Amino acid sequence: MSYALAHALIAIGVLIAILSVAAGLIWVERRVLALYQDRLGPNRVGPFGLLQVLADVVKIMTKEDWIPPFADRTVFVVAPAIVMVTTLLAFAVVPFAPGLEVVRLDVGLLFFLATSSLGVYSVVLAGWSSDSKYSLLGGLRASAQMLSYEVFMGLSLMGVVMQAGSFDLVEIVEAQRRLWFCVPQFLGLVVFLIAGIAETRRLPFDLPEADSELIAGYHSEYSGMKFGMFFVGEYVGITLISAMLVTLFFGGWLGPLLPGVAWFAIKVLAFVGVFILLRAALPRPRYDQLMSFGWKVMLPLALANLVATAAVVLWIRG
Amino acid sequence: MIAAFYAAAAVAVLSTLLMVTRPSVVHALLYLIVSLLGTAVMFLALGAPFLAALEVIIYAGAVMVLFVFVVMMLNLGPSSSHADWLSPRAWAGPALLAAVLGIELLWILASAGPPSEGVRAIAPARVAESLFGTYLIAVELGSMLLAAGILGAYHLGRRETGRARR
Repeated sequence: MSYALAHALIAIGVLIAILSVAAGLIWVERRVLALYQDRLGPNRVGPFGLLQVLADVVKIMTKEDWIPPFADRTVFVVAPAIVMVTTLLAFAVVPFAPGLEVVRLDVGLLFFLATSSLGVYSVVLAGWSSDSKYSLLGGLRASAQMLSYEVFMGLSLMGVVMQAGSFDLVEIVEAQRRLWFCVPQFLGLVVFLIAGIAETRRLPFDLPEADSELIAGYHSEYSGMKFGMFFVGEYVGITLISAMLVTLFFGGWLGPLLPGVAWFAIKVLAFVGVFILLRAALPRPRYDQLMSFGWKVMLPLALANLVATAAVVLWIRG
Repeated sequence: MIAAFYAAAAVAVLSTLLMVTRPSVVHALLYLIVSLLGTAVMFLALGAPFLAALEVIIYAGAVMVLFVFVVMMLNLGPSSSHADWLSPRAWAGPALLAAVLGIELLWILASAGPPSEGVRAIAPARVAESLFGTYLIAVELGSMLLAAGILGAYHLGRRETGRARR
């Protein structure tokens, strides 16, 4: 089989796998959240309520797809597509197992950062084009929040790059054969995890959405499948951040006995579980707290980690 | 690769033209983002993946978000365009200057030979070597300029009321 054909097949496989995982996560989150909150959750449709997602899809597809007359039509329609395109694009560089990636890039890590930085536009443009005050406030919050947290998201990963000596994600995984980077780069891991939650706009950093004060924030005016895109896009984003956490800090596909893909999937699902638990466990901070926490605590931490790692790496290499 | 370069260049030029002519500010910014993405693909086709990634991360992903942020904060709708600015007198001067630049560019392109076909990718480490080796002074000067800019922004944004109240 030729190289191009093999990778096209991998791309299609990854696309199907990611979208089904994201859809499945909606069910998982609802059931697990219910468990944490001592209630049952959706359990009527199919065994354990597994077909609930399917029912939701049918509902959302047949719903009236309404565009507000005061909205900027083109931008309003494009915005939900951007979130799906950018997050799915980032999966192109994730190495699921040796040789099992859509494309291997020299600058794979930078490609991930580039696509995740473009994801902001989806939220911001949705907020702007809706032309309603709640959407606009949500979009404003999202742009400032995601821009701020992106700064040290990139910085926190540079320690990993220094230790591995490459931006190539496959080489970063290979560099963790002896010790996962979560040990020497613990600070980087903490900063990246927090920045990752802010990038996916999940609780406790869901201020752009903030349903208790902004209705639904940037997607207040969206309905039908356009809302569905934002909804599924959020779960694709969670899967992406979990996959990057595993690749960069927890040894990617490395692990004993089981095949690489299985280890990768187990680790990713564990982090997705952490994301869901965080939603159940933590309250939402105020917006000024979020911003000052980012710039006054996280950025200095990321810089300190960067300087310390650089010093140690230089010292060891003599 | 050369075909990809020309396709990306065409997209960049076209979207820049559209950017200049759009009456709505946000639409103009969107075309500018597309133009920057086109430039990134051009870098990629020329064998500079590192530069392409930085172009997307910094210009398309950060600088333009700030632009959109400001537009949203001022809440500029489609009604806030200034069509009356576009009188012949206003654009005649800039158009003349741009024409001079355009002729210069054409002259340079005509005098230089065709682009070389052999494109090879430059690894990130090579970029770092030339930045922090050959061009170290330029990089340091650039960082000083940025520091001055940050200090200036801090000075302008500082609230004087705090001291007066004390």
